[in-house]
Amino acid sequence: MRARLALLLILLAALPAYGQGYAGLGSTASEGFANPDPNTRLHFPRDHGPHPDFRIEWWYLTANLTGPDGTDYGVQWTLFRSALAPGEAAGWASPQIWMGHAAATTPENHYFAERLARGGIGQAGVRATPFRAWIDDWQMAGADFDSLRLTALGAEFAYDLNLTAEGPLVLHGVNGYSVKSADGQASHYYSQPHYRITGTLTLPSGPVAVTGQGWLDREWSSQPLAADQSGWDWFSLTFDSGARLMGFRLRGARGDFTSGTWIDAEGNATPLASGAFRAAPLDETPVAGRDVPVRWRVTLPDRGVDVEVAALNPQSWMGTSFPYWEGPVRVSCSHPGRGYLEMTGYE
Amino acid sequence: MIGAALLALASHWRRHPLQLATLLAGLALATALWSAVQAINAEARASYARATAQIGSGALDVLEAPGGPIPLARYVALRRAGWQLSPVLEGRARLGELRVTVLGLDPVTHPPLPAFAATMERDSATLGRMLAQGGVLFAPPEVAAALADVPGLPEIRVSDSVPPGMVMTDIGVAERLLARPGQIDRLLILSDQPPGLTPLADLAPELQRRASRAGTDTARLTDSFHLNLTAFGLLSFAVGLFIVHGTVGLAFEQRRGMVRTLRALGLPLRLLTTLMLGELLVLALIGGGLGLVLGYLVAAALLPDVAATLRGLYGAPVAGGLSLRPSWVMGGLAMALAGTGVASAQALWRMVHMPLLSAPGLQAWAQRAARGERRMALAGLGLIGAGGAALVLVPGLVGGFALIAGLMLGAALLLPPVLALVLHLGRRLARGPVGDWLWADTRAQLPGIGLALMALLLALAANVGVGTMVSSFRLTFTGWLDQRLVSELYLTARDDEQGAEIARWLVPRSEAVLPIRSAEFTVAGGPVTVYGVVDHPTYSENWPLLEQAPNAWGRVNAGAAVFINEQLARRLGQWSGDSVQLAPGWTLPIAGVYSDYGNPTGQAIVALPALLSHASAVPNRRFGVRVAPDTVPGLIAALQEDFDLPASALIDQAGLKAQSLAVFDKTFVVTGALNLLTLGVAGFAILTSLLTLWSLRLPQLAPVWALGLTRGTLARLDLGRSLLLAAFTALLALPLGLALAWVLLAVINVQAFGWRLPMYLFPADWLRLFGLALLAAGLAAAIPARRLYRLPPSELLKVFANAR
Repeated sequence: MRARLALLLILLAALPAYGQGYAGLGSTASEGFANPDPNTRLHFPRDHGPHPDFRIEWWYLTANLTGPDGTDYGVQWTLFRSALAPGEAAGWASPQIWMGHAAATTPENHYFAERLARGGIGQAGVRATPFRAWIDDWQMAGADFDSLRLTALGAEFAYDLNLTAEGPLVLHGVNGYSVKSADGQASHYYSQPHYRITGTLTLPSGPVAVTGQGWLDREWSSQPLAADQSGWDWFSLTFDSGARLMGFRLRGARGDFTSGTWIDAEGNATPLASGAFRAAPLDETPVAGRDVPVRWRVTLPDRGVDVEVAALNPQSWMGTSFPYWEGPVRVSCSHPGRGYLEMTGYE
Repeated sequence: MIGAALLALASHWRRHPLQLATLLAGLALATALWSAVQAINAEARASYARATAQIGSGALDVLEAPGGPIPLARYVALRRAGWQLSPVLEGRARLGELRVTVLGLDPVTHPPLPAFAATMERDSATLGRMLAQGGVLFAPPEVAAALADVPGLPEIRVSDSVPPGMVMTDIGVAERLLARPGQIDRLLILSDQPPGLTPLADLAPELQRRASRAGTDTARLTDSFHLNLTAFGLLSFAVGLFIVHGTVGLAFEQRRGMVRTLRALGLPLRLLTTLMLGELLVLALIGGGLGLVLGYLVAAALLPDVAATLRGLYGAPVAGGLSLRPSWVMGGLAMALAGTGVASAQALWRMVHMPLLSAPGLQAWAQRAARGERRMALAGLGLIGAGGAALVLVPGLVGGFALIAGLMLGAALLLPPVLALVLHLGRRLARGPVGDWLWADTRAQLPGIGLALMALLLALAANVGVGTMVSSFRLTFTGWLDQRLVSELYLTARDDEQGAEIARWLVPRSEAVLPIRSAEFTVAGGPVTVYGVVDHPTYSENWPLLEQAPNAWGRVNAGAAVFINEQLARRLGQWSGDSVQLAPGWTLPIAGVYSDYGNPTGQAIVALPALLSHASAVPNRRFGVRVAPDTVPGLIAALQEDFDLPASALIDQAGLKAQSLAVFDKTFVVTGALNLLTLGVAGFAILTSLLTLWSLRLPQLAPVWALGLTRGTLARLDLGRSLLLAAFTALLALPLGLALAWVLLAVINVQAFGWRLPMYLFPADWLRLFGLALLAAGLAAAIPARRLYRLPPSELLKVFANAR
């Protein structure tokens, strides 16, 4: 797998998830890539589509689902785009590389799969209208962004889910310009956190009818991390009250950088000042040969939020070419609810 | 005690430095030829393994479109249906003046590749350059060097893991270099497919799935060649061991007195045996070590030719450089040790069982030998019979080689009894006491020199056999080339458009322009190149058909029948009148079978329209041009001028024949070299045997000298006797060699290449070889004869004084 790994080093040098020394790539936009601009105004549906002049981009859906017997499940569907050079070209000459990750999590098991593809030949891509994001046979598609069908098939799992948006898009930061470090690294970032989901999750034990909520993140940038940042902890929490919280902590040698967005029950978003959102690990669990914090205390004093966030399945390890932890969480204490947690950079 | 015994043992070698040198030389020669062959084989196998690892993705099945490329859209459609596949585009391209195989892969979906991984580990930005910024060519050192100054090529990286003669690159770069945009030659079916996918047969019924054959082709094709080399190595080794056997036997014989003294002084037999074994071990290690060095040199000298052979004959990629591999180094040393053990066992056994106070029993040799000869004759006949049985019972190449081994060893064992018989008859013809003595004395020497003569017999027979095979092959090959290469000019255009343009340009300037177009098909699991030909007398009048049905060309030209080559016919077991399925839904009756000595793989010929209707995107770049021979140089110049073609793209008939013959001759350079080396070793074996006999013979010669024969007469008689024995051996080697040639042509060749060749006889070669054998024996006998001639009479007198 070393060749694959080498490929991924380049691919993921660009991902904010991958800091360790490669972050230098992202600290300055270079080689002709476009830079996130605070003056950019997002337009839809155009911006649901790809931005090939930026180095990296993703369509990232996570869902908390419930089976007929009340069992909790989690589902992830992600399409990453990484550009070796800015722009698009037809055929093999395209500099775009696509990577798909899909996962299904139960309280006992975590299944995942990975797909890789070249751009330009049609094996993977995204179209804004009608919306369609695909890699191989996996896809997320619909007449528009508000009603999508999501499918993926792995060696041990499959799912076929219908997503219906029940609230507005949420722009993070200022007009979707989200700052990622004290040095000013930033990305364009918006979400659709209001999907209602119904469908079928197929596990080795058989198909399960599921319902629940989904959260789709869209982000693109060319300069994701500051040089000293080694990884991040990212939370998307949906409270039973109907309010939602997105918050992340970028771990850096010069101190952590936190940011986030508070979304009220009507879908109105308020960006959080740096430092307002706090997340502290409560305990660590050995996962895939390293210690990963799978229980957290998350606080947002401004909103009276003081919750404990615990992994549904502490072993939600994505053992893909580039490994990370991504799984559903239960939220308790001041604001009970559910959500998703992503953690990268734990060695 | 041990120290004294060691000193005593060593003193023998101090007093007989020539014997020591001979022993070491014999061991070194045996080890050298054996390990040279093993080193060559190991190098070739490593090259194949590299190619397999590189291209192979080893055990993966592949999808192919019969007779053409797979469109890119088909790949994407299968991917979109969930199938995990990886595309491969492969073809020959001329980069600068070099023709290379371009292998285009998609590094994103392809299983890990050593070439890419090694480079990217050092420099992680390579992938970006490979895929996006003009591309990177990974090439083995010699290709990289040749491409260094070619303008317009992508960046070149040296990689040792790319097979010789190949460049590896991204499929996007490959389609540019090969001018085949949007095409894919095969799809690797990756392991770990998700469950429940629609079967490929439903999604893409036009594609054929076949089991991986990466590496197996090369391995199967070249197995015979390597077996051949190994057989030669073993033969040389055996011949070398004759030398060791002779010297060790002599040394032990000469040390009988010392052994007796040591034992009488109280040295235990067990300790003495251990010491002697230790002595042999040290000698074996020294000789084996020398042999390894020598073997390395021989292998390094031969390897480029072997590599050329394997490339020319089988298209197997083998690098020209030799590396030290533990496998053949250890193997060589082990063979040296084992060989020394085998060659010394008899002498050691005799010493262990020698009565403490026995007198040397040299004269008893002859009587013991006479009893042995009958056993040897029986064993020899048995071995020949067993070889014949093996041919019938064991199918394939192994049976053929078993027959050769049985034949050669059996004949070698038969040699002393047959020579004894000849000498017995000769003695009846003898007149006078000197003649009588001469025959009887020769007969008495036979056991001592018999092994050396066996070596000579084997070397001569191998020479006759292999020589006959190669010369017959060459004669047939030359005739076949004359039939096959009829067009006066052969040209290769840069791409299809230029090809069409050149063809139009040539029409008014030539008698005929014959396109050479082909596509790859899979027939019965093996690759078959199907050529499409136009209806032209060039083919029907010249094509070398081995057998044909009535109106063969008419039916083939009408698209209603196919010609297949001999290899394919033998592989399928189908001949004229049978049918062959070239692709699903395309089965044609076989109208004829043609001989094809140009390649070891399957081939077929159909009418061009028939090929084009069953294969897509058949390149149209190569042409044969019929013109008056004297206009060829002008035409070449005009073509170069008008179309900017490199010199290597235009070859006239004579040039192509010369090229083909050069490849052919290269093929057998190694065989010739090994042949000559074996003969040299055999000559050396005779010399050592005679030197061994020398001191033993003094007691026998002294009485004859005392009876009045001068030393000069004795020396001349000795020389003549050696020549006589060599001549008899050479005469006996001839039928053996011819039998060997027949086995090679009719059994081994059919198995190895899939063709059977007619056998021709070359008496002039035999005469030359006969002379060579006499020369070798004469030279070997001259040294002892000269010594006898110069021997002070006092030495002869001492024989009587020292009579024990």
